Amino acid sequence: MIPRHQTILFIVLLLTSAVMGVFLWQMRDRAHKRLVEGEDTAPIEAPLVAPAEQVTLYVASDADNTLVAQPLTLPLPASPGPRARAILGRLLDLYAAPNAPHPVAGGESAIAQVFLLPAQGDTAQGLTLPATAPPQPPASGASAASSTPVQDSGPQLAVINLTGAFAASHPSGLETETLTVLSICATLHANLPGVTQVRFLVDGQPRATLAGHADLSRTYLADQAVPSEGSHP
Amino acid sequence: MLSFSHPFIVDGQKGFDSMRTPLRGILAIPILLGVLPLAALATVVPCFAQAPPAPGARFVVVLDAAHGGDENGAQLALSGDPKQTQPEKAFALAFSVRLRSLLVARGITVVATRDGDSAMDADHRAETANRAKAQACLSLHASTSGSGAHLYISSLAPAEPARLAAWKTVQAAWVTRSLALAGSLNAALTHAGVPVTLGRTALPGLDSMACPAVAVELAPVLATSHMQAAALDDPAYQVRVADAVAAALVEWRSEAPQP
Repeated sequence: MIPRHQTILFIVLLLTSAVMGVFLWQMRDRAHKRLVEGEDTAPIEAPLVAPAEQVTLYVASDADNTLVAQPLTLPLPASPGPRARAILGRLLDLYAAPNAPHPVAGGESAIAQVFLLPAQGDTAQGLTLPATAPPQPPASGASAASSTPVQDSGPQLAVINLTGAFAASHPSGLETETLTVLSICATLHANLPGVTQVRFLVDGQPRATLAGHADLSRTYLADQAVPSEGSHP
Repeated sequence: MLSFSHPFIVDGQKGFDSMRTPLRGILAIPILLGVLPLAALATVVPCFAQAPPAPGARFVVVLDAAHGGDENGAQLALSGDPKQTQPEKAFALAFSVRLRSLLVARGITVVATRDGDSAMDADHRAETANRAKAQACLSLHASTSGSGAHLYISSLAPAEPARLAAWKTVQAAWVTRSLALAGSLNAALTHAGVPVTLGRTALPGLDSMACPAVAVELAPVLATSHMQAAALDDPAYQVRVADAVAAALVEWRSEAPQP
């Protein structure tokens, strides 16, 4: 037999719980209405759209081992680092498209970062010897490129950080790897003439070759990658 | 036309003249006995007179089959079943063996960087080539991209030979000769009906070779209006390319300065 005072206590607690539940439900509805009323989805400022500019991509062709200049109009950011990344991303998008003349998977996402640094080192013999300390990304994250101090005048070294997935999926072969490297160098120099040297990293680390053939440990002279009219690279 | 001096012969003649007459007469007998039959034979078998091996001349070709060991290189799809593939390292080795037999049959000394499926880094390959003091070094590769044979030489800028050269730029002093060798290979392959593309590349190992060096990458021939298709694993195609490369090296032997 349950004592009477316990029964009364139970009923009081039950009623209190029910009242609190109703009160909370009303509070939730009230908060939701306040949130919806306060949210203004109407645009206030016009979105920033980068102006479209003409760029030149040097598109590789496996069939005849050539780089062909292809003019294109692209909206580009003003900062040189993101600008270089956007241009190279568009180039690699062409290679990732179906029936591409130089099929390479990856597309724009293959370029993790592009860092522009003042060029230095001995460029005799058309290359610089690998430095004892490889170039390191100055900061992590994609925003690092925009924060990198860039010299607008004077020769620049572009350090291109490729993703490991891109290097792993790149077709192995002397011709195809050479064309990829040269088309990147030539495209960079054509659109950013200050870039005279190019080095490659993969996942932020130096790597011997792209996919077993093309040397990634050396510094490429970008201006020498631009083919003369009708010539092979 | 290239002219060569023969200091060994000049010095030998001086030494021969300086001997006392009786000794010279004694030595002259076996020499005459050896030379006369050869001279007689030369009139019977013209090939002896056409290509006499120069004394001391040793024409060496280095064949560097790419990759090996854990490094497979490209995966080459076979023509019979595209799902089946062959690693580039195996194809390069097989082609190296085929080419080696052709060259040895033509009296050319061949040094191969690898005879089996062994791993080898780029520096070791260059060391092997440099020790051989070769007159031609071929780095053999294969790929399924492109068409025909791709001939690549080092992208280093030509430089004058120096007593001391940086390991990674040794090839700079040989770039001009490498270009000439690529020209000979191009002519022979084109004559054999193989489409050829020429280029320059940065290939680890090639830049450290102290010899005329060309990287040869073999790809299947894509059919065009004036070219029949040929698969990479087609034995007839491989024989055609190997014969052309061997012919080019024989031609190169006749043009190359003797060491």
